[in-house]
Amino acid sequence: MTAADIAAAVRSGERSALEVVNEHLGMIEAQDLKVHAFNLVNAENARAEAAQIDARVAAGEPVGPLAGVPLATKDNLCTKDLPTTCSSKMLENYHPPYDATVVSLLRAAGAVSLGKTNLDEFAMGSSTEHSAFGPTRNPHDLSRVPGGSSGGSAASVAAGFTPIAVGSDTGGSIRQPAAFCGVVGMKPTYGAVSRYGLIAFASSLDQVGPLASNVADAAAVFDVIAGHDRRDTTSIQGFIPAAQAALNLGVDGLRVGVLQELSGGGGSVPGLAVDVLARTREAAEVLAAAGARVEEVSVPSCTLGLSAYYIVAPAEASSNLARYDGVRYGARVDAPTASEMTTATRTAGFGAEVKRRIMLGTYALSAGYYEAFYGKALKVRTMMLNDFARVYKDFDVLLTPTAPTTAFELGTRMTDPLTMYVNDVCTIPSNLTGHPAISVPFGLGDDNLPVGVQVLAPATHDTQTFRVAAVLEAAAQEARL
Amino acid sequence: MAQRITRDEVVHVARLACLTLTEEEVDRFTQQLGAILLHAADIESLDVIGVEPTAHPLPLCNVMRADVVERSLNPDAVLAQAPEVRDGQFLVPPVLGDQP
Repeated sequence: MTAADIAAAVRSGERSALEVVNEHLGMIEAQDLKVHAFNLVNAENARAEAAQIDARVAAGEPVGPLAGVPLATKDNLCTKDLPTTCSSKMLENYHPPYDATVVSLLRAAGAVSLGKTNLDEFAMGSSTEHSAFGPTRNPHDLSRVPGGSSGGSAASVAAGFTPIAVGSDTGGSIRQPAAFCGVVGMKPTYGAVSRYGLIAFASSLDQVGPLASNVADAAAVFDVIAGHDRRDTTSIQGFIPAAQAALNLGVDGLRVGVLQELSGGGGSVPGLAVDVLARTREAAEVLAAAGARVEEVSVPSCTLGLSAYYIVAPAEASSNLARYDGVRYGARVDAPTASEMTTATRTAGFGAEVKRRIMLGTYALSAGYYEAFYGKALKVRTMMLNDFARVYKDFDVLLTPTAPTTAFELGTRMTDPLTMYVNDVCTIPSNLTGHPAISVPFGLGDDNLPVGVQVLAPATHDTQTFRVAAVLEAAAQEARL
Repeated sequence: MAQRITRDEVVHVARLACLTLTEEEVDRFTQQLGAILLHAADIESLDVIGVEPTAHPLPLCNVMRADVVERSLNPDAVLAQAPEVRDGQFLVPPVLGDQP
């Protein structure tokens, strides 16, 4: 059942929220030992919240647009009633004293969070293998990764544990797992969704967004969570989400650019699979057939995105993660002096990938290298913003693959970090520019695993991404019949 | 292939980041960080004369809230998350006499 169906049935009294929640909890209990989408399931809380919604329906009181819809919450979003671990030993026993704004908004809309989903530690990774609590597996093929870092949220939706989920996206962490798991995942415009209560990784890139089994449900979640929040100083004033209203607009007359640098033009994406490229080309044809004006377009600085990202994101991470010093919250390893205690705590509390990024970022920000790496990377960001601004004078949206391949096998990319980082090459540009982007399932690869295509739009044009995704989704579903 | 980062630099950076690395980790990070920095050579060698840096995707200015007293988080709930607390304050091991 979709989120829309569940909410309608609960609102009309046809089904009780408790019944819906129990059914989904049962699925998790039966199958999550294999998938490991969840770090923690809180059945008691979920049942209590569902019962409250049922009481409101019975009393004729208004319930929200997501009434009774089971939700999975990425475990880097603060929840007052549940631990929030970031899949790190550092925060294994952390109980936040407050809820993230997104968590509060979804609860107020009637969604019922069933628990916290697994991620790469501190959201650093592209496979969910870098979790301190063990990897999540792809529900389509348990030998494959679900992508990452929001791998638990994507797997929860793909397995049918919850029709909707929320994740965070710093370099593709919503979109790439959505593509690998065959679900819809969307990164909003930077500042469209509050980051209050999202545990920081790279603050100028991080953004919270929805995952769902279909475009309409993703749009419904987006419309609930987007909007200004005075507790996030980077929140956009006056942003009014209206994704659901655009779902049936079609793409007639829309100007669509196929982004050459990320869609196979001259081998510019290393390792871009032939089947993924074919699906992307087919998606372009679908949009052309639906009335869009489709052309190839070049955004040259996109080829520099990977390097710029893997300087900027670790630099910000090294600064953000300095807060884990064993003093105010999180783990502590005792030592005779304060500085020895901090070093011992960080050495024991962080996993290998987090340490690698902290090291890389500290190096890139250190005296003598700052200008050569960090300074240059910030200028690449400007070049990308300028390039995209120029292209968006002639185009409404751009089309690319979401990831270069379908889901890869567990354990195959853990020894060489660069082979893992290359996964993000198509998703990174939207984070560096702060623009919105969506991944929508579009057919299968030669291995019968899901392929995602990505729709990019200019800042604050989030609605356009949903609009185009709805057309691609309808065509993909029709082709399957 | 020129070495991008030396073993000594890795040890130095680890100290800046308050991390203790084993010998094996120093070797591994020297190799891995070197490979990542080699990839970043495409931006290191880039001509960016006249390009302004972008630290943030939004044009930001300071945001102030109204100067009104509001309820903040419950101090007990916040302190309950600390590893060690005394008299309403965070407790740490001795700082004086610390190694630099």
